[in-house]
Amino acid sequence: MQQFRFFIQKYNYFIFFLLLEFLAIIATINNHRFHKSKVVNSVNSLTGAIFTKTNSLADFLSLQSQNEVLSTENTRLKNNIEALKAQKGDTNIPNNAAVTYVYAEAKVIKNSYLKPYNYLTLNKGTTHGIVKEMAVVNSKGLLGITDDSSQKYSRVQSVLNRNSQINVRLKNSFHYGSLSWDGKNYRIVQLTDIPRQAVIHVGDTVMTGGRSTIFPEGILVGTVEKTPTNANTTNTTFSIRLFNDMSNVGHVYVITNLDATEIKVLENNNHE
Amino acid sequence: MNKTFYLLFLFVFLVLLQAVLLNNIAFLGHINPYLYIAFVILFPLKEKRYLFLFLAFLLGFCVDIFSDSGGIHAFATLFIAYIRLFFIRLFFRKTTSEYVLFRIHQEPFGKVFNYVTSLVVIHHFLLFSLEHFSFSHIDMVLHNTFFSSIFTVSLYFMGTFIFRTKTT
Repeated sequence: MQQFRFFIQKYNYFIFFLLLEFLAIIATINNHRFHKSKVVNSVNSLTGAIFTKTNSLADFLSLQSQNEVLSTENTRLKNNIEALKAQKGDTNIPNNAAVTYVYAEAKVIKNSYLKPYNYLTLNKGTTHGIVKEMAVVNSKGLLGITDDSSQKYSRVQSVLNRNSQINVRLKNSFHYGSLSWDGKNYRIVQLTDIPRQAVIHVGDTVMTGGRSTIFPEGILVGTVEKTPTNANTTNTTFSIRLFNDMSNVGHVYVITNLDATEIKVLENNNHE
Repeated sequence: MNKTFYLLFLFVFLVLLQAVLLNNIAFLGHINPYLYIAFVILFPLKEKRYLFLFLAFLLGFCVDIFSDSGGIHAFATLFIAYIRLFFIRLFFRKTTSEYVLFRIHQEPFGKVFNYVTSLVVIHHFLLFSLEHFSFSHIDMVLHNTFFSSIFTVSLYFMGTFIFRTKTT
């Protein structure tokens, strides 16, 4: 007992140091898991408020480019509506049609794209109906999936995150694959698990596959930039150039899948 | 009391500077400085170290919260806070009785430079290793450590230079 007390006295700082380092490691490991119970991140009200303040300043500088993006998108959507009207031969589109996906607007108040595990923070939270596992897109295409939300803010796991796995397919054929990121270049992501018989050329468009409950089908992702040098090897990783410039994102849409809970319940029943 | 206020201000100022400005610099496309560890360098030497170690941990954790990185900043900052004494003994040859009189501004530049660079390089290496969390990305870890260290060290000396010319 005497020796034990002596040991504690001699190494008291070292023990304190180890204890705190242990806490830091636990926090790090928790942050890497997608389905964690509790984690401290930038979604709390204090950091959210600070980011909102600084973002309102930075917003002012990018007003012009953001305006152009929004008006381009508006033009495209108006043309789509006209095309749909012409197709239906009916001028009034019902307001309360049976839809599966609902879009809600939000704004990115914190962005990161240089780290291997990137997250964005949005200025909307559970009071606006945003919860875990919702798709986040903007007018140019895919951004990520929400992974945590507080009352007023939510955190998005960016597509530029090594944990990110998103189901995608080619626009011109029904071959599915999954999208991940190697952490190197924030403009290039990787497409894997594509069946070997799929014919893929440089410049082909990749979009979301709609096989998950999160993303609707047909959200644009990017174009094929590089195909594997030797097609016969097991390495079938394609480089995809994103349509989105992830270093410059402002207004985004959060997509709610109204059927998500129903599908989840059904899938869980099958597992039992 | 004055000293306490100064340290508290420095703590909050460095966290906010890191979260709002320095995390978004992306010099040459991808290099960020991590200047907040200036707190560990500037904190006065004392015999009792519990408060210092805890503050270093808290500082890192605050930066972690702002950058959504779990506990990697806390780990690296606490580590350099713990081994700081070793480097002070190594470079400045101080004994325990001399801690109270130690002022980093009054030391020769060469020694201070070695001391700051050692702490910064160790901190950045730990930070990027934990951030990548795998051995297969050691090239990116070393690359980031090298360039970010240069950035942080030069910012630190520019900052202290400006600060000193103001006070005198």
